[in-house]
Amino acid sequence: MNIVVCVKRTPASTSVALDPQTGAVKTAGLPHGINPFDEYAVEEALRLKERIPGTKVAVLSVGPAENDEVIRAALALGCDTGVLLSDPAFAGSDVYALSLILAKGIQKVAETRGGVGLVLFGRQSNDGESGHTTAAVGARLGWPSVISVRKIPEAADAAVTVERLREDGTDVLQLTLPAVLSVLKEINEPRLPSLRGKMAAKKMPVETWGAAALGLSADVVGKAGSRMDVVKMAPVPSRGAGVVITGETPEDKAQALVAKLKEAKFI
Amino acid sequence: MDYGLTELQREMVALSRELAVKKIKPVREKYDESEEFPWDIVEELRKADLFGVYLPEEYGGMGGGLFELGLISEQLSRTCGGIALCLMTSSLCSMPILVFGSPEQRQRFLPDIASGKKLGAFCITEPGSGSDASSLKATAVADGDHFILNGVKNFCSSGKASETYVVFFSTNPKRGARGITAFIVEKGTPGFTFGKKEKKMGIRANSTHELVFSDCRVPKANILFKEGMGLLVAQNTFDFARPGVGAQAIGIAQGALDETLAYTRVRKQFDVPVASFQAIGHMLAECATQIEAARALFFTTVRAMDAELLPAVKKAIAENITVYEAMKALNCRRWSKESAMVKVFSSDVAMKVTTDCVQMCGGIGYMRDFPVEKYMRDAKITQIYEGTNQLQREEIARMLVKEAASSEREAAGS
Repeated sequence: MNIVVCVKRTPASTSVALDPQTGAVKTAGLPHGINPFDEYAVEEALRLKERIPGTKVAVLSVGPAENDEVIRAALALGCDTGVLLSDPAFAGSDVYALSLILAKGIQKVAETRGGVGLVLFGRQSNDGESGHTTAAVGARLGWPSVISVRKIPEAADAAVTVERLREDGTDVLQLTLPAVLSVLKEINEPRLPSLRGKMAAKKMPVETWGAAALGLSADVVGKAGSRMDVVKMAPVPSRGAGVVITGETPEDKAQALVAKLKEAKFI
Repeated sequence: MDYGLTELQREMVALSRELAVKKIKPVREKYDESEEFPWDIVEELRKADLFGVYLPEEYGGMGGGLFELGLISEQLSRTCGGIALCLMTSSLCSMPILVFGSPEQRQRFLPDIASGKKLGAFCITEPGSGSDASSLKATAVADGDHFILNGVKNFCSSGKASETYVVFFSTNPKRGARGITAFIVEKGTPGFTFGKKEKKMGIRANSTHELVFSDCRVPKANILFKEGMGLLVAQNTFDFARPGVGAQAIGIAQGALDETLAYTRVRKQFDVPVASFQAIGHMLAECATQIEAARALFFTTVRAMDAELLPAVKKAIAENITVYEAMKALNCRRWSKESAMVKVFSSDVAMKVTTDCVQMCGGIGYMRDFPVEKYMRDAKITQIYEGTNQLQREEIARMLVKEAASSEREAAGS
């Protein structure tokens, strides 16, 4: 089976500042890496490769030339091939346009490598955080898509069984392949690269496919192909100080707590 | 500071740092408390290819030298000096095998150490013989093609956890220092057992064990180098290993400073961060300066040592001779003085810096829930093991006098 794992290059830091004037996220100069949520997808792809003989894993990333570093980071962990989907026309794509670019990229991987069985994503990115890409790519491809996968108990060339986490329990779903999944961080513990893996990944070829190679015209990608306008971005207001409940005895404190909860109409 | 690392060296630093932060940091307190051997971390280090960074590619290593060993030792020790030691003791076993082992012994023992499949250890200390190694009492008596080993060794780092041991015995007690012979002994050899496990002040994740030899028969093929040349093997091993203690000390000092800097920037007293007080600021500055000076001495020294050692290793492998013979042929020098200087300076810096870090953190710095006091406990051993700093200063002084006398002789002769 061929697995495609999609990785995004995002700031490595969890606290990213916003420009107070423009509201834009200030990412220049920050160290970047694989979106932490995508690390679980890469790990799961590698574990499936170890479970299903003959499996190959291709890494896909959309973005400028700098995204080469996250593709090589995934290759260092044991992925087999890497493709960068890159074109100046892609800049400014929202999920709508991005999902089209990714779907075309996945289709081209399928054409050039003899089909694709599974596409894996992390649950969301740590910068945009929309969490929509998995479902959008599934829709573009016309393949079943399942988000919030916390376990893949059975996997074979033709079908997989997955556990989807819900607020009130777990769904066990059997999917005929090809299919698109996004995985939760509960699914595994990502491995670290080896020194030899890191050095080998530096020398591995990474293909770059632009808009023309994917058969995409400029009007369906980038800002032109997007349906979403970002009107405003603002930092989350910082939390105020908490209330410390004091009292002589635990009973006094409990009574004071209940009084406050009643006052706030929580109980 | 940019020390002009190669791409591979930079990756070694990055990977050992990443491993330390992601895998070692979450468990360092647990192992410090339980004093259990951190096998899960050993497995991570093995998978990351870090055990063989300093060994030749011919034996499955990454082809580096003492410099590379120091790079990763510093990064691992920056998070936990005790867990770092579990990797570093293997080098204490493999360095004498690399330098003094026959080509057959190199082939037999080094690949498993380079891959991390087996851990190695080194032990010369006895209850009655510490700094005065030549007074050791354990004996090896020839019996046909074998030697029969008897005696007790103690304070063996990574003892019991290791598979391969370089151990020293007297094959001729009448000859004293010239009667000492180095043997390679494998765990599981009948008559070789483990005695007391020590309870230590610091580096508690590493196991320190007593080794007990009771009519333990080992083949003559396990003699390292030559009968009666054990002290030479030990002294040369320490020449190569002491900078490693320096790297460990630098890592410990850096780790303590990292934690202290982070804390003093957020800890407020009198409404301002304590790092903004000149009294604390100057202490931070002094710590950072001392660490950088130690690192510069370490890097400069091991680079010079590698520049002589690595060509000798290459020559030895090509010509099927011992590295020691190749070093003689290439007129390599002894590094006792410089190597001792790295160890003395770095370990004294580590003790000073970690003590000051506890001081700067105040009350919380003294608590075991906070990581800084552990650095101070871990730092202490670096002033003691592989030759106390007092002994190192003796060595440095002796070499200074010897060098002065020799240059005087040269001047008089010319």
